[in-house]
Amino acid sequence: MTLEVLYFAWLRERVGHPRESVATDAATVRDLVAQLAAQSDGHAAALDDLATLRCAVDQKLVDLDTPLAGAREVAFFPPMTGG
Amino acid sequence: MSARVQAEPFDLAVELRGFGAGAGAVVTFTGIVRDDSGHMAALDIEHYPGMTERALTDFGAAAAARFDLSDWRIVHRHGRIETGGQIMMVATAARHRRAAFDAADYLMDWLKSRAPFWKREIAQDGSASWVEARSNDEDALGRW
Repeated sequence: MTLEVLYFAWLRERVGHPRESVATDAATVRDLVAQLAAQSDGHAAALDDLATLRCAVDQKLVDLDTPLAGAREVAFFPPMTGG
Repeated sequence: MSARVQAEPFDLAVELRGFGAGAGAVVTFTGIVRDDSGHMAALDIEHYPGMTERALTDFGAAAAARFDLSDWRIVHRHGRIETGGQIMMVATAARHRRAAFDAADYLMDWLKSRAPFWKREIAQDGSASWVEARSNDEDALGRW
């Protein structure tokens, strides 16, 4: 499948771009993170700390063990600081 | 009952015109850019278009169901906001004050750590640094 992957805040800065299309067979978000982290040093630096990594699949906040079957858009970002 | 995300400033008086008509209690909260360091010029707020609106609408609907609100409104800005400027507001309307206060508090706790916004502090010398999430903001959700 091909996923649209988005990055926000300092993850976006480390990766170097805000979005990319990614061909993947990853079963879960965690598998996708491992694939992306191997793509470049920037990706590795952005996705380094799984404890603080936040993720949304199709614009819903999920945890790393969420399956990707049927997903179109996956976003990665640091803990949110709204309000 | 509405949630909005916008770059433009908002006017609290305009937002409250006709808000919660018939309610016994209306509570509003406004968040303002403060300068703790003495060197800050502005905040720059990034968000996730699409997900943000969806998340705020979900929080509002959940608060309305839980606290039996007759009306609610969330306005949150993104982009650059100078020190002293208004960042966001929530307004809640209910029959009685306790529900209106609690609902506003609940919405703020959710907004702080579950709405996809990221703040960056812009110093007077132009340097920028991302604001780190506070663990007590995350802990605050446990109250609900």
